Amino acid sequence: MKAAVIVFPGSNCDRDAADALTWVTGRPPAMVWHTSNELPNVDLIVIPGGFTHGDYLRVGAMAATAPIMGEVFRAGIRGVPVLGICNGFQILCETRLLPGALMRNASLNFICREVNLKIETTATPFTRSYPDGALVRLPIAHHDGNFFADEETLNRLEGEGRVVFRYVDKAGKRVPAANPNGSRNNIAGIANAAGNVLGLMPHPERAIDPATGGTDGTALFAGLHEALR
Amino acid sequence: MKAVVKIRLKSGVLDPQGKATQNALEALGFSGVNGVRQGKIIEIELEGTDAGAAREDVDRMAQALLANSVIESYEIEIDGQ
Repeated sequence: MKAAVIVFPGSNCDRDAADALTWVTGRPPAMVWHTSNELPNVDLIVIPGGFTHGDYLRVGAMAATAPIMGEVFRAGIRGVPVLGICNGFQILCETRLLPGALMRNASLNFICREVNLKIETTATPFTRSYPDGALVRLPIAHHDGNFFADEETLNRLEGEGRVVFRYVDKAGKRVPAANPNGSRNNIAGIANAAGNVLGLMPHPERAIDPATGGTDGTALFAGLHEALR
Repeated sequence: MKAVVKIRLKSGVLDPQGKATQNALEALGFSGVNGVRQGKIIEIELEGTDAGAAREDVDRMAQALLANSVIESYEIEIDGQ
């Protein structure tokens, strides 16, 4: 699998993403600077976490206007898998590859901790290696992870099985207490209608090593590697 | 010419920052505050003298970047109009 990681001013998980991809696939990704007009020919595009352009105006808004994002948009529409993690999720919403928006956490606090998540569908290239209904623990680290979409959009996301990751309690139940940031329907990650674009607030790339944060994120990258080999 | 873009959260979108500000006002002893909603104002200095054309330009700017229609609505004033 050949992957590209898009790097913006203020990206801070680009190297974590590159490490995860290299570790799992044995092949370092291309690191593509945001001002580039050209995407290399790759099987996967990763928009990493960070605080691009200082979160000015709205989270992800400035990055969404970068020259490379036109190429990413066209690739996503063409069916190339695109993975947006944390700020990457925010950027994908701002580019309209994904519906909804990420708002300030309801608590107004920056939250940095592990959360329990349920993988609601394994019918995506990103989650195919997880068992159905898998419960995983991944770290979150964000100030603006409060997923908002109007009722019609939420109903469509739920009805079409496009809610991929959901904040749950240890038993796997969707309860308000398990919702760290106020997201509608406890949503932590969603896919586009075709299933090739995924955005999520938690950080699977920070959960690939038992020495640092567990390994519950490994299957995401391993599944992509198998699907896109 | 000067354009002012006023950006508000749509009704139905929760505004925790506004709520926190309301709570702080109450803590300071201001009574009768029924709600606080926080938005933003963007001031833009423009070349040209055609207010109609300016309004169209700024509308395109708002749609392309300044506001996110998923969560926000906006109003445009040109030279106070």
